[in-house]
Amino acid sequence: MTFFTDANRARAREIVASYPAAKSAILPLAHLAQDQHGWLSTDAMDEIAELVGVTPAEVQGTCSFYTMFKRRPCGRLLVSVCTNVTCLVTGGPEILEGLEARYGSDDEVTVEEVECIAACGGAPALQVNYEFHEQLDVERAVALVESYKRGERVARTVSGSTVAS
Amino acid sequence: MTVQETRIVTRRLAERPDDSHTIAAALATGAYDTFRQVLATGDPAAVAEQVKLSGLRGRGGAGFPTATKWSFLPPDSFPRYLVINGDEGEPSTFKDRMLVERDPHQLVEGIAISAFAIGCNLAFVYLRGEFALGYERLMGAIADARAQGFLGANILGSGFDLDIVVHRGAGAYICGEETALIESLEGERGMPRIRPPFPAVAGLYAKPTVVNNVETISTVPHIVRMGGEEYAKLGVNRSTGTRIFSLSGHVNRPGNYEVELGITFRQLIDDLGGGVPNGRSVKFFIPGGASSQWLTGRDEHLDAPLDMDFVQQTFGVMLGSGAVMVFDETVDPVLVAWRLAKFFAHESCGKCTPCREGTGWIEKVLYRMSHGLGRPDDLDMLLDIGDNISPGLNAPFSQTTICPLGPSAVSPVVSLHNFFRDEIVARVGSSEVSA
Repeated sequence: MTFFTDANRARAREIVASYPAAKSAILPLAHLAQDQHGWLSTDAMDEIAELVGVTPAEVQGTCSFYTMFKRRPCGRLLVSVCTNVTCLVTGGPEILEGLEARYGSDDEVTVEEVECIAACGGAPALQVNYEFHEQLDVERAVALVESYKRGERVARTVSGSTVAS
Repeated sequence: MTVQETRIVTRRLAERPDDSHTIAAALATGAYDTFRQVLATGDPAAVAEQVKLSGLRGRGGAGFPTATKWSFLPPDSFPRYLVINGDEGEPSTFKDRMLVERDPHQLVEGIAISAFAIGCNLAFVYLRGEFALGYERLMGAIADARAQGFLGANILGSGFDLDIVVHRGAGAYICGEETALIESLEGERGMPRIRPPFPAVAGLYAKPTVVNNVETISTVPHIVRMGGEEYAKLGVNRSTGTRIFSLSGHVNRPGNYEVELGITFRQLIDDLGGGVPNGRSVKFFIPGGASSQWLTGRDEHLDAPLDMDFVQQTFGVMLGSGAVMVFDETVDPVLVAWRLAKFFAHESCGKCTPCREGTGWIEKVLYRMSHGLGRPDDLDMLLDIGDNISPGLNAPFSQTTICPLGPSAVSPVVSLHNFFRDEIVARVGSSEVSA
C-alpha cells in the first residue's frame, strides 16, 4: 500500500488511535486522503480500509454517502455555490449560472451547487476550498475566483483543513 | 421601546470582536473560571441541578429539556459519552458556526462542565465538514486548553479526566439527527436508528450517550455562573433564557441576534433586523428553520412571541433551530417551497420508503408548479403524498418514517395549502392541463 505519504500515514495511525473503535476513523482518514490528493481515489480507500481494519467495500460504502468526498478528480479550486432559499432570493442561482458558464471548461476550477452553508446572514454566499465569501454578485464572484487563480489569495487544501503534509 | 439584544453566549465575541477565539482573550474575559469553581466544589449533581433549575431546552431544534436528557443516563453504566452536535445544516441557521469560529473556548468550557456533570471522560464534537475555519479554531482552542491544564488527565488536580475528539462531518444534513450522527461517528453511512433504545441507554458504541447542540452546551457555563434560577428569570414561560436567532432573507440587517425569549417576530425583524428593504413588507416568513411550517405577514403572526410552546400550540409551527427567514411580496412562495423540497429530497438518506420516494415526488411536482407547468390538482396531490409521510399532515408529530426529515419536507406543502391555495389555484386553475 502506497497511497499515503509517510507523514500522513503516521498521522492516520494517530487518528485511528484517538477513537475507541477504529472504524470511526473512516471519515477523518477520507478527509486526510482528500487533502493529500484532491479527491478520494480507490487506492486511498483501499489503504484506509487496511488502516481501519475493515474491507474496502465498507469504506466505499461509507464514503459514497457523503457529498464532500469527491470520487473523481476536481479542480485545484473547488467553488461551492449555495442556492438554498435565502441565497435563492438574493441572487445565488445567478452566481452559480455565471460561474458555471465562465469556468465550465477550466480544469483548474470546479464549480458545484451546494445546500445551505450557514452563511445566510451574508447571502448570497459561496465557499472556495471551504473558505467563506459572502455578499456577492456574479461580477464579484468572478473577481474572487480570479484572485485565487492568480495566487493573490491562498487556496488551501480541498477539505480546508490544515493537516496536509 | 425598541428591543435590544441580551448578550450571554454572544458576549465575549461582541466584546472582543478581533480576537474572541484566542486563549488570551478568553482568559481575560473569564473563560474557565466557572469550570475551575465546579472542579473545586467537586459536586457533579450540583451542576445538573442548576441546569435543571434554569429550564434550559435544547437549542438544536427539538427544544427538549437538557437536564431531563442528562437524567436518562443509567446511573451505573460507564463509559458514557457526551457528543456535541455541531453539524449545523438546517437551512438558514448560522449561529453554531459563529459560536465555534468566534468563541470556541466557551464551547470547550461548556463541554468540560457538562462532561463533569454527567461523568463523561471522552467527549466528541461532530462538526460540520464545511466549517474549515471553525475546525481550525476549535482544534486550536482544545490544544490551548490542554496546555493550560483544562483538559487531559487529572485536570487541575481534581482527579477528573477529559479528552475531546473533533470529528468532521462530510456534507450530509441528516447527520444533524442524533442517531444518524452517532452512526456517522462510528464510521457508517449517516442513517437514523430506530428508537428504542434511546442514545441515553445505548448510543455511541452502544454506550450511554448524550447528544447536545453547540449553543446548548455553550450556555451551560453561564447557567452555572449565574445560577439556574437567575437564568430562568430571563425569557418567557417554559422558554427560559436567551436564544440566538439567525435572521436572514429580506431584512435590512440580517445576522445573528441573541435575545431574551418572548420578544415578538416583529421586534426581531423590525427593531433588530431593520425591517424589510425597499419599503416592502413581509409576505411570509419561516419561523424556525426549513423544517418548520410557515407564518405570514399578518399581524397575529408578526406579533406572536418567540415562545416555543406558544407558537407550537397556536399556529403549529416551531422555533426549531432559531432560523427566521423573511420573504417580501416579490417572492413566489411556490418557488421557495420547491427549493426546500429539492433540499429535503437531496438530503433524504433513503432508509425509509415514504421519505425516500415522497420527497422526490414532492420536489418534481413543486418544480413544475413553480416553473409554469402546474396542474389544477397538483396541490391536492402534494397533500396526498405528504399524508403518506406524515399522516394527518400535522408534521412533525406523526410520521411513517424513523426520523423527522420526511415530515419536515411536508411543512412547505402544508404551508402553501394554508396560506397560498387561492393564489396557486388562480395561477393554474384555468390552465386545464390534462395529465
